[in-house]
Amino acid sequence: MEILSYIIANWDLIMVRTGQHIAIVGVAVGLAILTGVPIGILITQNKRLATGVLYVASIIITIPSIALFGIMIPVLSLIGQGIGYLPAVIAVLLYSQLPIIRNTYTAISNVDPALREAGRGMGLTRLQRLREVELPLAVPVIMAGVRIAVVMNIGVTAIAAYIGAGGLGDFISRGISQTDPRQLVTGALAVSVLAVAADFALLGLQRLLTSPGLRETARTPA
Amino acid sequence: MAEQVAMAGIQRLWRIATLVLIFALGAWAWASGLLPTMADLWDDIVYLGRQHIILVAISGGLAIAVGIPLGILLTRPGMQRYSNIALQFLNIGATIPTLAVLALSMSILGIGDTPAIFGLFVLTLLPIVSNTLAGIRAVPRHLIEAATGMGLSRGQILWQVELPNALFVIYAGIRTALAVNVGTVPLAFLIGGGGLGELIFSGIALNEFGMMLAGAIPTALLAIMVDFLMSQMQLWTIPRGVNPLR
Amino acid sequence: MIRLENVTKVFPGAAMPSVDHVSMEVPEGEICVLLGPSGCGKTTTMKMVNRLIEPSSGKIFIDGKDTTDHDAVQLRRTLGYVIQQIGLFPNKTIVDNICIVPDILGWDRAKSRARAAELLQMVALDPGIYLNRYPKELSGGQQQRIGVLRAIAADPPVLLMDEPFGAIDPINREIIQDEFLKMQATMKKTIMFVSHDIDEAVKMADRIAIFNEGRLVQYDTPDNLLAHPKNRFVSDFVGSDRTLKRLQLLKVTDAMMHDPPSVRADDTLAAAAALMEENGHSSIVMVGPNGRVRGFVDLRTARETKGKVGENHETLPTTIKTDENLRTAVSTMFRHDVTWLACVDDDRVFKGYVTLRGITHLLGEAHRDG
Repeated sequence: MEILSYIIANWDLIMVRTGQHIAIVGVAVGLAILTGVPIGILITQNKRLATGVLYVASIIITIPSIALFGIMIPVLSLIGQGIGYLPAVIAVLLYSQLPIIRNTYTAISNVDPALREAGRGMGLTRLQRLREVELPLAVPVIMAGVRIAVVMNIGVTAIAAYIGAGGLGDFISRGISQTDPRQLVTGALAVSVLAVAADFALLGLQRLLTSPGLRETARTPA
Repeated sequence: MAEQVAMAGIQRLWRIATLVLIFALGAWAWASGLLPTMADLWDDIVYLGRQHIILVAISGGLAIAVGIPLGILLTRPGMQRYSNIALQFLNIGATIPTLAVLALSMSILGIGDTPAIFGLFVLTLLPIVSNTLAGIRAVPRHLIEAATGMGLSRGQILWQVELPNALFVIYAGIRTALAVNVGTVPLAFLIGGGGLGELIFSGIALNEFGMMLAGAIPTALLAIMVDFLMSQMQLWTIPRGVNPLR
Repeated sequence: MIRLENVTKVFPGAAMPSVDHVSMEVPEGEICVLLGPSGCGKTTTMKMVNRLIEPSSGKIFIDGKDTTDHDAVQLRRTLGYVIQQIGLFPNKTIVDNICIVPDILGWDRAKSRARAAELLQMVALDPGIYLNRYPKELSGGQQQRIGVLRAIAADPPVLLMDEPFGAIDPINREIIQDEFLKMQATMKKTIMFVSHDIDEAVKMADRIAIFNEGRLVQYDTPDNLLAHPKNRFVSDFVGSDRTLKRLQLLKVTDAMMHDPPSVRADDTLAAAAALMEENGHSSIVMVGPNGRVRGFVDLRTARETKGKVGENHETLPTTIKTDENLRTAVSTMFRHDVTWLACVDDDRVFKGYVTLRGITHLLGEAHRDG
């Protein structure tokens, strides 16, 4: 009850911090799509390059977020941005690379060679084939990667409250330091609801972006 | 050919650039006094590192010990109804941020080792249960039929057919789970669990770069090492017949 | 050996029984093929024998013993089982797959391993190469052979086979069927074999049980089934070419004219012509001193030419062995554009001849009987 009244009393603050949270994840994942998808497409041209890039991305994603912040702060301090919005965005950007690059790469390299052949047979250039055949087929799988990135990074951004990035993590960090269960539970609930909601919304978007001709068979690698 | 030569060139450039970068970082770290600070903190690193590893071992071990049997139980005939509900629950559970789980654990159990271990346990448990469940469910029906038809008992089918054929997926679950676990352990400090997180968070609070790195670098290395160890175990301990990596 | 008494299966919620009062007996050492369109109850019937499906009513006996007397798991260990999807365990090596039942029965490991190697040799797979491979490293045909070996590893007297060769390409299927028949000739298992392929049934079966809508429509030898289909359903199912199918069931000896007249090289053509006229033949075979086929002369040559047979014979375009089936005989005739064939044994000794008319007559005879 106490928690409910806290939530009602602080509704505006919750909305402000949700906005901050979304701003970090949205901008960073948006940038990650702009970098990850081209990288994913590029590495389909060379198997060894692909192995190398995916390996590096998988090591980055293994690094615990707070450790990544800890390593980035001294470096970014050199340009006066050690804490706050920028390191949070950079971390999310880095963590999003693996799911987006990997899913783009897998989706494009799994396009049925017969389709590629047919495209070439009809006289499509490489770029035309990419635009007309390979990308449309790959979109659902790429979206699945984006969805994984968003859900994961809503969690990472919560932790970024500790480096002054704001967002819903602030409720949790204050709740812990002030031993205040109201803020603690509010923060935990809000960030969980945001993650679950984003998951559902992106799943819907993923279905929407899937060409109707593919809907039954689209598979999303985890 | 031309492509290979170009690749080799790019690789050499890449290697040189990495070396230069590491050297520059090292020189800067030394000059700014970071490395000496880290050296001063060596005893703390060892002490907290051990605490860190113990947290991983206890919560991870418990999660494996509970998660696999629980996953198996959910695949037994008669559990169908519950297993579908459980799967929904596990899917939603997997999207809940780790910090939120720790926060909820603290709001129930207070501060200390117990809420830290409990929170880590829950986080680690979910992927293990869902992968065990999914792995056993994915064993083809006809294998079970062949085994039943040849007169294997329920237990023999579980041990000789279902578990070995689900092993790769179960391992993948353990690997994911341990990655989540190792990545979350530094946060356990926040609710009184100790570990290398202490150095990172104190470093951030005190604006002490050396302390920050003294926590962050070992934490990162530990996470990479655990993942590497798990990948090697996955590669070598799963029989060749059911190991897609071999 | 396997006896079904009024076996019925009604699945929960189904309006009609899937298997409806089926009674039949598979004699020891025979292959009984359960045949019929999909959904006819043949697979359900077979699965009730090893109690993968429990009958709603009726009894099943194996070797005189009621199958419900013992625990289902124990029962299944005494019945070999082969399924269409093969179902080799991907986590086990070939040898461990073959030895799975011996292992759970607690047999001596060294002995069962030695037997596995022996079994592999029976199907022409080198044990040195294959014993320690995993199923995924084998071709489909090889996997199916291992599936059969696994079923017979513990030497069960009874084998249940559910469309065991259904997933294999036609060429390999023929080879594996032949291989299996050769093995069966020595091992003499009592086999219940589910198929939807009439040609396979005709080839493999000692008896065929035709099912339709859960009922056993006709249970007979392949030849009787083809010659005397009991009703419209059976004759439609076996196909309008059933007469041709019978050809592969009948041997050359069945249609052969035995103890035929023949001539030797030093007989005169006039004597040969007389012999042909006496028997109403238009050609005659010339044999050597030990009765081996050497050639032939036709009636016109014999009448119009003077001299010895040896100087005027022609070579035979081909011969046929007496143990070949009539389908081979007919196709040989068509291939060489002849209407009769000299039949020989393994030593090429002349035994008789078959004519196209004789074969037609033989097939027609059975029809008139019916």
